[in-house]
Amino acid sequence: MSTSDVGREGIGGARPGREAMIGQGGHRPDGRRGRGGRRGRRGERAMVPDAEFRSYYGKPILNPPVWKAADIAGYFFLGGLAGAGSVLAAGAHWTGRPAAARALKASSLAAISGSTAALIHDLGRPGRFYNMLRVMKPTSPMSMGSWLLAAYGPLAGAAAVLDVTGLFPRLGHAATAGAAAFGPGVAAYTAVLAADTAVPAWHEGFRELPFVFVGSAAIAASGMALVAAPPRETAPMRTAAVCGAALELGATKLMERRLGMIAENYREGTGGRLMRAAQALTVAGAAGGALLGGRNRTAAALAGAALLAGSACTRFGVFHAGMRSAEDPKYTVVPQRERIRERAAEPA
Amino acid sequence: MGRSGSDGTLVGRNLLAGPEPDVAGDAGHRDPPPRTGFFTDTSVCIGCKACEVACKEWNAVPEDGLEFTGMSYDNTQGLGADTWRHVAFIEQDRPVSSRPEAEGVPSAEGDGGMRWLMASDVCKHCTHAACLDVCPTGSLFRTEFGTVVVQEDICNGCGYCIPACPYGVIDQRKGDGRAWKCTLCYDRLGAGMEPACAKACPTDSIQYGPLDELRERAAMRVERLHGMGVEDARLYGHDPEDGVGGDGAFFLLLDEPEVYGLPPDPVVTTRDLPSMWRHAGAAAAALAGGLAAVFAVHGPRGGAR
Repeated sequence: MSTSDVGREGIGGARPGREAMIGQGGHRPDGRRGRGGRRGRRGERAMVPDAEFRSYYGKPILNPPVWKAADIAGYFFLGGLAGAGSVLAAGAHWTGRPAAARALKASSLAAISGSTAALIHDLGRPGRFYNMLRVMKPTSPMSMGSWLLAAYGPLAGAAAVLDVTGLFPRLGHAATAGAAAFGPGVAAYTAVLAADTAVPAWHEGFRELPFVFVGSAAIAASGMALVAAPPRETAPMRTAAVCGAALELGATKLMERRLGMIAENYREGTGGRLMRAAQALTVAGAAGGALLGGRNRTAAALAGAALLAGSACTRFGVFHAGMRSAEDPKYTVVPQRERIRERAAEPA
Repeated sequence: MGRSGSDGTLVGRNLLAGPEPDVAGDAGHRDPPPRTGFFTDTSVCIGCKACEVACKEWNAVPEDGLEFTGMSYDNTQGLGADTWRHVAFIEQDRPVSSRPEAEGVPSAEGDGGMRWLMASDVCKHCTHAACLDVCPTGSLFRTEFGTVVVQEDICNGCGYCIPACPYGVIDQRKGDGRAWKCTLCYDRLGAGMEPACAKACPTDSIQYGPLDELRERAAMRVERLHGMGVEDARLYGHDPEDGVGGDGAFFLLLDEPEVYGLPPDPVVTTRDLPSMWRHAGAAAAALAGGLAAVFAVHGPRGGAR
């Protein structure tokens, strides 16, 4: 290769009078290091100085998910609403709160139908959705989730339909119990679905993410009860909203602490804005529900709507945080370099 | 070598991470041929892109647009659904060898001060392949050669394999919806031919063969380069002890992996899956138990506030 440069001042450098041979070029004793790549620059200013790292022209190392936010984050939200809703519905069913039970069973059926539709809509080949039940693979959270939905969906549907129609009450009890048994799984497994990827903001938070998700699910289902059921029946749901909010906010804090620099994705960009909105809505909804939701139907409905919106913001926030962390090579390279350094420092 | 999986039990072994000498056998193939793969020696890559072209031609991979990037001579940019071999170009202002007095090096001032790193990237055909692990349809499978291949008549385009890959290899084809990646020319291997890219490579930068043999050859090549003063030479993806159990396609690099767009310490995400399920189980139990406790505290309606 030629190292001569042609510029405005004429030709600089010299052409080598030799064949290029690997391992035999090179005689710059100062051994200056070139810049291997550009920094991944974004429009935002980092709170801490950028960690030094090298990359291939700032290109992402990972191929970011092709999932659409409305489908997949929407599915996380609806799955949580349905799953936790079935547990609350069973509680209401057996403690003499029939209106709340009926409303929650109906919302769980609607939510799980909506989430199934979202999942199928997100497929590259929706016509082949049935291939999801072709195998049963414990190593694939999506496979396990498909089977979970296949078991939970009909139970949630039967619970709702039998409650509304009043037909076969014993079967209705059984379906209510069955949906409540599978509901927590439906609410929690979506965290594994996200975490079982190479996306830094999801994978590195795999310990806390399920708790964030079930907390968020409890918030959504409680919010639905506050919106759809009379205040005289929603006392347990108002407590559940407070507990869910405490769990979600606490788990999020722990997750951010563990994530280190990757936690930037939960504080900056679209994900950061959504996470802040989620926090404000959740706190306002839980507090409003607890203080006013027992007396005033309008206040209860407003608090419930805030809780539902807060839960949705959390799911979309987590989704966008993951996307952002996958699109910047910094979040792949810097933590991995850190890991290598720590391993090297460890005494053998 | 080549031990069949039928005489060894899969029970009680960690098949999600760590070394796994008989991937094809463990996947259920009886008496599989030796595991084969690629050794890509980037020190002799001349950036001709014959591999990119051969791959596109043989596999009938559609074009995916042409964009001027200004990234040296690389407008291909990276691996994806329609790029199964990608040649990276990196211009660096530093010499290849740290030993100026090496034999055959001209003494003229002003030349030899730059080097051009060129590297042909490809699917790594990991020992522990996250794409395969997370595929919910069984479309991705392990072949008898130990490679990882998508069955396009089964893939429903769920897209889970894409963020699962720690190397950013597999992707969804626009307008088609399914996931596509290097098959290591599964059709050619079945006919006893070497993959198209390796066949077309004029400098043997891409070498195809039994993995054990390639690893030996690679270790010798690194030693030789070190002897010539190319101290930057290092292997990448050769080690069965690494985070993915070693790659079926590994590399000799002349700089840090991230300079070529490769992750410095990739880990198969499913290594942590048992722990993920445990945490999710605990969270589900907390949800069920917590809500049950809330109802227990409040009691039947009329009994409490």
